[in-house]
Amino acid sequence: MKDWRYRLAEQRGTLLAFGIFIVMFAIYSANHPAGFTANVVQTAANKGVLLAFVAMAQTLVVITAGIDLSVGMIFTLTNCMASWLVVGTGLETAFGVLAVLGTGLICGAVNGAIVIYGRLQPIVATIATGAVYFGLALLLRPVPGGSVNEDLADFLTGRFFGVVPASLVALLVIVLVVWVPFSRSELGRAAYAAGSSETAAYMSGVPIRRGKLLAYTLAGLLAAIGGLFLTFFTYTGEAAYASGNAYTLFSIAAVVLGGVSLFGGKGSAIGAIFGALAFRTIGDLLFVFDFDPLWQPLFQGVILLIAVSLGAFALFRVRNRLEWFL
Amino acid sequence: MSETTHGGIMGGIAGRVPKFIRRADPAVLTAFACIVVLLLLGSLYSRNFLSPEYLLQQLKVASFLGVIATGMMLVILLGQIDLSVPWAVAAGAMMACAAAAYGPIGVALAIPFGVLCGVAIGIVNGIGVAYLRIPSMIITLATNAVAQGLMVVYTGGFSPQDSATAAMRYLATGFTIPGVPNAVIIWVLIGAAMVFALTRTSFGRAVYGIGNRERAAYLSGIDTRRIVMIAFAVSGGLSAFGGVLLAGYASKAAQSMGDAYLLPSIAAVVLGGTSILGGRGSYLGTVAGVILITLLQSILSVMQMPEAGRQIIYGVVIVAMLLLYGRAPASR
Repeated sequence: MKDWRYRLAEQRGTLLAFGIFIVMFAIYSANHPAGFTANVVQTAANKGVLLAFVAMAQTLVVITAGIDLSVGMIFTLTNCMASWLVVGTGLETAFGVLAVLGTGLICGAVNGAIVIYGRLQPIVATIATGAVYFGLALLLRPVPGGSVNEDLADFLTGRFFGVVPASLVALLVIVLVVWVPFSRSELGRAAYAAGSSETAAYMSGVPIRRGKLLAYTLAGLLAAIGGLFLTFFTYTGEAAYASGNAYTLFSIAAVVLGGVSLFGGKGSAIGAIFGALAFRTIGDLLFVFDFDPLWQPLFQGVILLIAVSLGAFALFRVRNRLEWFL
Repeated sequence: MSETTHGGIMGGIAGRVPKFIRRADPAVLTAFACIVVLLLLGSLYSRNFLSPEYLLQQLKVASFLGVIATGMMLVILLGQIDLSVPWAVAAGAMMACAAAAYGPIGVALAIPFGVLCGVAIGIVNGIGVAYLRIPSMIITLATNAVAQGLMVVYTGGFSPQDSATAAMRYLATGFTIPGVPNAVIIWVLIGAAMVFALTRTSFGRAVYGIGNRERAAYLSGIDTRRIVMIAFAVSGGLSAFGGVLLAGYASKAAQSMGDAYLLPSIAAVVLGGTSILGGRGSYLGTVAGVILITLLQSILSVMQMPEAGRQIIYGVVIVAMLLLYGRAPASR
């Protein structure tokens, strides 16, 4: 296979997610009463970016053939934390942001340590740690409330030069600072290799444990960035169980839509970002077509069901029935 | 020389331990030991902790989780997982209550209808896992979301009846045998049926076989897809039945009533020594896990621990106990 064709095949999932997003957003903005204006784009971007951060977090873990069912709870915990700490003068705010991000890193590292060194199944371990993180969030915010440094919040949720949504720029910066170095580093490749075939990676002397630990830790960081942005949008902190769970669920949907293989070793966070934006746009399509908002959970559930069922088309390529059983 | 001495000592120790302890699963023993420790801790805190009334009350509360965990165990034995428990529980409860609004026939068929709704959710899960080969974790999350959406639309469009029928209340809180709550009897019956199915039928053999290696089970002539499908349908049905009982206990159905049962049902099964990878585990362990979790919840609420502290202790205890005996083998 020629080089460019190989590279194209590798990015197929990402390109597909990008295509879905473009089509959905075109339908959305064409039918929106206000049309394709900077305001509509800004609102859509602000909603989509939250899920995009959580979906990036999920991607990092899914690449290692694991799953993190606590991302939504880390997101909620850091939201509650930011509503206490990201206030006051510039210096205090800066320390607050660092503390929130540090908390995310610690949560992710704890998940990783339990899964890798404790040798527990990611699914059970992260459901349990998710309960702990939610408990901590409830401890911080028994009732919704708090505040945030509004100058910083308005700066990061507004528009640059009147047209470019600041949250999209922030997302781009995070991709360049976190995802690109990770995926090109030795440990990032180790995370991919561990997800693809842990035994083969181990035999080849790849540092799979450190690679996986880094993936889980950075997932915590990205979920915390999401939590920070949630605080910037809402100006408050709230320990909402349903919303945390919904973000976990939607992050998995976004990852699947973004072409990341749930069996590990394949896909990229860029795809997951477009998956997240597409998922949000599809959910919002109901509003521009004037449906009853009651139908939104069902609509999103059905989209999720269809998205995960699409993977079943691979069954048509199976020549030997024994390949059904992985 | 040293090796023979070593072997002799080991043999001596093994010889002195009673046979039933040597044969028992260490995980099940640990779980029962933890129950005893919890009871002792509780009795230090309050005298009535060891009273028969209190223990019977705990057993009644445990039986709701027990019914749900029975279905979860069947699925985990296959090496799969069922994350659609929250809304299967809620759908079972809400649909049973809603059916009661349609005259005497509706009242009579309320319980079977609620359970059937759970079976339907389970069948969708089963089709996804067995025939479409979608990872169970993903498809069950998706059906959970769809079930939630359906319930939201259903309750939002027009308000259905949400109070439990007399039969549901009788099943959950009545007494057929004096002194023994009906809910406990139901759990015993369902548990006995599950033990029989797992140990005395070819279905049970197939479940353990698939959990160990589906490929090998398939090659030995088992219709593995049908077995997986049945297991998910049973799990969905039992979750919904648990919801029906819960609605009877609280005398009404609510939307979020199932949320509190996902983590406990998985934890009860895994703490009882059933391998999350499938193929290994006994129902006795699940019983121990259910009682353990119920006692833990009860002690935390007796101590008037706020919800936040309960969640934290709960998660920490589960991780700690899994680290104690639920770890995957270290060999590669």
